[in-house]
Amino acid sequence: MTGPPTSTRPRHYRPPVSAAWWLRKPSYLAFVLRELSSVFVAWTVVVLLLYVRAVSEGDAEYRRLLHLLANPWLVALDLVALAFAVYHSVTWFSLSAQVMVLRLRGKQVPRAAFTLGGYVAWAVASALVAWLLVAG
Amino acid sequence: MRSRSREPLLWLLFSAGGVLAALLVPVLLFLLGLAFPLKWITPSRHHLLAVVSNPLVQIALFIVCLLVLFHAAHRLRHVVADMFGIRQFDGAISVCCYGAALVGSGIAAFLIWSVP
Repeated sequence: MTGPPTSTRPRHYRPPVSAAWWLRKPSYLAFVLRELSSVFVAWTVVVLLLYVRAVSEGDAEYRRLLHLLANPWLVALDLVALAFAVYHSVTWFSLSAQVMVLRLRGKQVPRAAFTLGGYVAWAVASALVAWLLVAG
Repeated sequence: MRSRSREPLLWLLFSAGGVLAALLVPVLLFLLGLAFPLKWITPSRHHLLAVVSNPLVQIALFIVCLLVLFHAAHRLRHVVADMFGIRQFDGAISVCCYGAALVGSGIAAFLIWSVP
């Protein structure tokens, strides 16, 4: 289907698409924003590694990192990142529910069960991480 | 013999990273990005060091970083190609995205396993 045209495979007509195609409809914009949430997900890994480094370097480095991250611009960035991260999670659970097909005792497990399962797992994982970092 | 597409393997890695990101990123951003710097919660550096010195935590941390970075790379590769209509540059875009994920994972491994 794809590839250069040959004697057996015709060249496909591709109508020109505007560069702002994703602004045309709210659903297109929602899709692009969902995909771009991955930028903020990657940013979280950066923050995580900054902590690993600061924590192993010493008290002064750790305090310096906390001070840096308390900067209003970075707090704003992290709030935006958090919003995008939640958007990723919510869309991810409902999407996974749509692709999972599981039959138990002859009946198909309803999508809502997978979505709910996702949220339960999310709550449990969050509690575990919080416990590990704060108390454990 | 038809060569097998790598796409299913890439999708699997993307998927694993996506699940980890969905489960872990919000709580990590909340704690590391807001609660700790703004002093809502104040764990001691000593405690965090103990956590990150644990070998199991280190392995888990590395796997999370690797898969989440890969997830982001895969997603960005596709959305950048589609947003700007530059799918013909997929090769170069892929090298940049997956390459960055690889570099990031390397840095993660270095930082994680140089914890005293």
